[in-house]
Amino acid sequence: MKFRAEIDIMPLEALLDPQGKAVSSNMKNIGLEEIGNVRIGKHITLQVEADSQAIAEEKVDEACKKLLCNQIMEYYSFRVSEMQEA
Amino acid sequence: MKFGVVIFPGSNCDEDMVYVLESILGQQVERLWHKERDLKGVDFVVLPGGFSYGDYLRSGAIARFSPIMENVVKHANKGGYLMGICNGFQVLTEANLLPGALLHNTERKFICKNVHLLPQSERALMTNHLEFDRAYQIPVAHGEGNYFADAETLKALNDNDQVLFRYCDAEGNISEDTNPNGSVENIAGVMNENGNVFGMMPHPERASDSDLSNTDGREIFESILKNFVLS
Repeated sequence: MKFRAEIDIMPLEALLDPQGKAVSSNMKNIGLEEIGNVRIGKHITLQVEADSQAIAEEKVDEACKKLLCNQIMEYYSFRVSEMQEA
Repeated sequence: MKFGVVIFPGSNCDEDMVYVLESILGQQVERLWHKERDLKGVDFVVLPGGFSYGDYLRSGAIARFSPIMENVVKHANKGGYLMGICNGFQVLTEANLLPGALLHNTERKFICKNVHLLPQSERALMTNHLEFDRAYQIPVAHGEGNYFADAETLKALNDNDQVLFRYCDAEGNISEDTNPNGSVENIAGVMNENGNVFGMMPHPERASDSDLSNTDGREIFESILKNFVLS
């Protein structure tokens, strides 16, 4: 079976996100004073071949831990869903 | 002493490193292509600066899985010497061979300028023959040089004398004003607890040739070599 994963990787809350901070401070320049605390991360999609949803999730978790996310500075979350045959 | 300089796709300080080790310091040097696995019998592996794999995903994140890295990690785990400069330092933190991580500079700018470093570790090969009350002028060139480690890791780094250098001013004063990139406690370089793996963001190889009017970096390499004169 083929599954599709959607992964979000975000800078740890305790760490300064200079990119998010720069975007935050520009919100007032476009008249959106209400918006603040912008934080910017990465969104990754991928496909995985597996016999079950649980195995697909295990593989995605391994990919996050080994390569996609550096847990010293980031955290991740993901959703896995089975892809419908076309 | 036989050095090996690893070349990843996107490394750009590799030839500077080879030149300094070979032509200025008179050492034997092997170039180690990232797709090879043979370390060619080198005693000391160097991961040079650059933008390995285009800094995709995170700086150093993909390079750590290059074929050559399997034996580089084995070499380090057996106590072999390993040093990463700039991107090489980022690769070593990604490979968990050095503690902590390198975040984006707090000002989000790529910083390319001379900074001053105060040697810290009395036991590290790279610093133990330097003067501890003198500021060494070495250039930095990085976008992600903001060293971060959690409180527990920092305490261990300090307790075990693992901090190599801190950013300071020309007189050797360490303060927030002399911190170019937001690094925790002004840390510019660290080593592992065992004392055989080293990483630093500044580029000593860019301050080693007298034609460039600054040889402070050469003294860092000479400090390493002095440890092997009698052994």
